[in-house]
Amino acid sequence: MKKTAEKANPSSAALQQQAAERVYQNLQQSQQPPGHLLRNCFNAFWTGGLICLLAQGVQEVLLRQGFNLENVGAPTSAIMILLAVILTVCGVYDRISQVAGAGSAVPITGFANSVSSAALEYRSEGLVLGVGGNMFKVAGPVIVFGAASAFLVSIAAALYYSFLGGGGL
Amino acid sequence: MLQNFFWAFVVGGLFCVAGQLLMQGCKLTPAHTMVSFVVLGCILGGLGWYQPLIELAGAGATTPIISFGNSLVKGAMQEFAQNGWLGLLTGIFEVTGAGVSAAIIFGFLAALFCRAKS
Repeated sequence: MKKTAEKANPSSAALQQQAAERVYQNLQQSQQPPGHLLRNCFNAFWTGGLICLLAQGVQEVLLRQGFNLENVGAPTSAIMILLAVILTVCGVYDRISQVAGAGSAVPITGFANSVSSAALEYRSEGLVLGVGGNMFKVAGPVIVFGAASAFLVSIAAALYYSFLGGGGL
Repeated sequence: MLQNFFWAFVVGGLFCVAGQLLMQGCKLTPAHTMVSFVVLGCILGGLGWYQPLIELAGAGATTPIISFGNSLVKGAMQEFAQNGWLGLLTGIFEVTGAGVSAAIIFGFLAALFCRAKS
């Protein structure tokens, strides 16, 4: 239904706007009740803390499976991301973030949630332009600014180590 | 062992409180909050101040998105140490590649096989 409307009127920016708002909606819930800053901070604290506690549990299990502290980060975050995507598909993550606010947005699971909920939301607009084009609608800025600032910071650090004798890395 | 869990909970929770303050107190959108955290993580990583926190809090420091910035710089600097200046380009996604790939792959598979719950 939406797809045909989209095709009949390619410039239907309003429809895209609606879809974009739906993607942002779950992350913006926390902003809606104003004047409860303290309570929301408390909720963010224990939910975010629990997500990190869960990640710590995953990490402890992986460490016993033969990983070491150097390489345990990647599989831990991959598992947390998989969990977040599953919870997003079930619609559970959205409910968590209504209570948690930043508690579910700041951990890496929030990154995974923004990618997968955008992918699901735009599925109706096709695989290439819908899913492929909009998956990184929220997460894209994080990667762009992350890579750009990491590049600048590491150039500065590399210059420091090379020319000012900062010693070994 | 138990204190690992304690610090993971406390440190991870405090990062989320900081995020909540940025989102609600400073009226930033979630995207702006995440971007600020990543840029902050890059700077802390470049200064070498984030690694001690990881040693203290474990997943409490590696799970929040700040750690993404720290890992970007860490990968670039590791490659720089091994391969010189080109390493700054090739190394940026070395550590974080797994996370980004996992998000893309699982997200895409979810969109292929599942429907959005409204």
